[in-house]
Amino acid sequence: MPEFLRPRRLLVAGQLLLTLALVAFMVVPVVMSVMAGLTVNYFRGVSSGLTLKWLDQVWAMYQGSVWLSIEIALATLAITLAIGVPAAYALARSNTRWARFVEELLVLPIALPGLATALALLSVYGGWSAFRSSMWFIVAGHVVFTLPFMVRSVAAVCAGTDLRTMEEGAASLGASFAQRFLTIVLPNARPGIVAGALAVLTLSIGEFNLTWMLHTPDTKTLPVGLADAYASMRLEVGSAYTILFLLMTLPLLIAMQWLGLDPAGAQSSRAAAKRKRALSRSSAPGQQPLTHPVETAR
Amino acid sequence: MRLEAVPVTLSRCAKTFRGQRVLEPVDLSIEPGETLVLLGPSGCGKTTTLRLIAGLEKPDAGGRVSFGADDVTALPIERRQVGMVFQNYALFPNLTVRGNVGYGLRIQKVEASAARRRVDELLEMTELTAHADKPITELSGGQRQRVALARALAPRPRVLLLDEPLTALDARLRETLRAEMNALLRELRVTSIYVTHDQSEAMALADRIVVMSAGRIEQCGTPREIYYQPASRAVAQFIGTLNRVAGECRDNAFVTLGGTISVTGLVAQLRARDGARSEIFFRPEDAVLVDPQAAQLRGAVESALFLGERTRLKIRDAAPGALIVDVPGRVELAEGTAVGISVRDEGWVALH
Repeated sequence: MPEFLRPRRLLVAGQLLLTLALVAFMVVPVVMSVMAGLTVNYFRGVSSGLTLKWLDQVWAMYQGSVWLSIEIALATLAITLAIGVPAAYALARSNTRWARFVEELLVLPIALPGLATALALLSVYGGWSAFRSSMWFIVAGHVVFTLPFMVRSVAAVCAGTDLRTMEEGAASLGASFAQRFLTIVLPNARPGIVAGALAVLTLSIGEFNLTWMLHTPDTKTLPVGLADAYASMRLEVGSAYTILFLLMTLPLLIAMQWLGLDPAGAQSSRAAAKRKRALSRSSAPGQQPLTHPVETAR
Repeated sequence: MRLEAVPVTLSRCAKTFRGQRVLEPVDLSIEPGETLVLLGPSGCGKTTTLRLIAGLEKPDAGGRVSFGADDVTALPIERRQVGMVFQNYALFPNLTVRGNVGYGLRIQKVEASAARRRVDELLEMTELTAHADKPITELSGGQRQRVALARALAPRPRVLLLDEPLTALDARLRETLRAEMNALLRELRVTSIYVTHDQSEAMALADRIVVMSAGRIEQCGTPREIYYQPASRAVAQFIGTLNRVAGECRDNAFVTLGGTISVTGLVAQLRARDGARSEIFFRPEDAVLVDPQAAQLRGAVESALFLGERTRLKIRDAAPGALIVDVPGRVELAEGTAVGISVRDEGWVALH
């Protein structure tokens, strides 16, 4: 029997083919969409020529949304960090049944459709028009939605490292609670914090359901604008919008990922070397960070 | 590098967790500069006692912990100036070796150049100078253990507390480090409290051993006292191997299956009536093989286990239960060989 016909070989080849097919199934539409945003006329195809005209047009129309989305994402991140990290630490340190209950409760906003969360926010705070018409209304929705990701991710790292004994060690050396928290807990929880921050930023920038319900004409975020563009403009403009979206989120994700790659803040030279290696290794730097939020969401 | 030596006193320190008494009220005083080993099986209360001294646990109402004249009962660990080495070392993975050793000095805001000198001194003492800038994750188990020790000593603690510091290491390394640690503790003369379940570790390191079981102190004494004059059966059986010889007292002698033992004072120690059933004990290494005619006890070899430097014999028919006797490694005896055993006079132990 020829080598390549052996059952094991066939199996490996089959697995490879299936994987490639699945990857193509998911990647091709993205590539097509990107191409659509760069062609002069999508219906005539690439032969009609490539252009940056659509991108330009989108930027002119939706600049405001870009900045707003960034502001909302950063505000959401700041709030989830301020609330989520101490909460995760407290939950990980506590062994009571209450702690487990609160942990489960935190996941509710993920299980609930965004529309329902939005409706709840609207019915309670909708009448408070200063709040209702500001970006903080959307931030509130995003915090409710993204907080569990931050808490879970940080709590997982806290539970994984033996934080309790480490803290006892620090205490035996004279460190007060605040000193222990700043010098031991936070640095060692960093991988979880970075992963959580990554999740929060991407989720906030990409969130549509909830945001669509909460937005006003003055508080239109990127995805809401995207829906607008798809619904009311040429396909090329909508596609150019997708490109804008990718351009915005990918560098953010890559930057965050690099920050997380360096576990000991002190060894900057080692980290730099690692960074360089990571750069030369990954042919598609965008792929790696994109998988991250999915992992942490589980 | 001597450290200031402080006595430690526990008085009426008990501990109850969720309604369960894990430590009965304990009184204990530790001399300045002494190395005291708390020894016992897991769950005996030794770690709880250490954590009470450390300030990681508070004693039940009425208990008091003092360092010298200072009553530290109400102080949390961070204000007790103790150095602690944890079983899993509890090193900080976010810091280098130097960062770990210098952590206590950094927290106490010791001036940078003084702190650096102190850290260098400790790194040299623990032979870690070459590894100073490595992250903790790149160290071997033995090196981590030394970092933990150096880190605990850096801020010049009043009391050094060690919670099974060698348990996580393999046997050979444990022995080497035990010797190093012993030399270091002698040199520093810092008051040290050392928790272990390993009796040979306790013997090697202790000035005094406190044997604990079921939340109580069974005996407190020098290693020799604990080994040769155990206060109770629990202590004797926890430390080393002990043979039990059951029999009865008759005419000031002790009569058992394989012979009669007439050692001056032994029967008197048993405080048993003439003809009453009783038990006496001896350690395997206190027995020698002698001509059966002149022996205290006669029996036959049941099995012989060659251990290299010695052969461990199991002997039947000398007493109601099998007896363990250690003989030099070169002694070869076939199963069933008739043997005589004599135990040196001071080797016989009467326990109540």
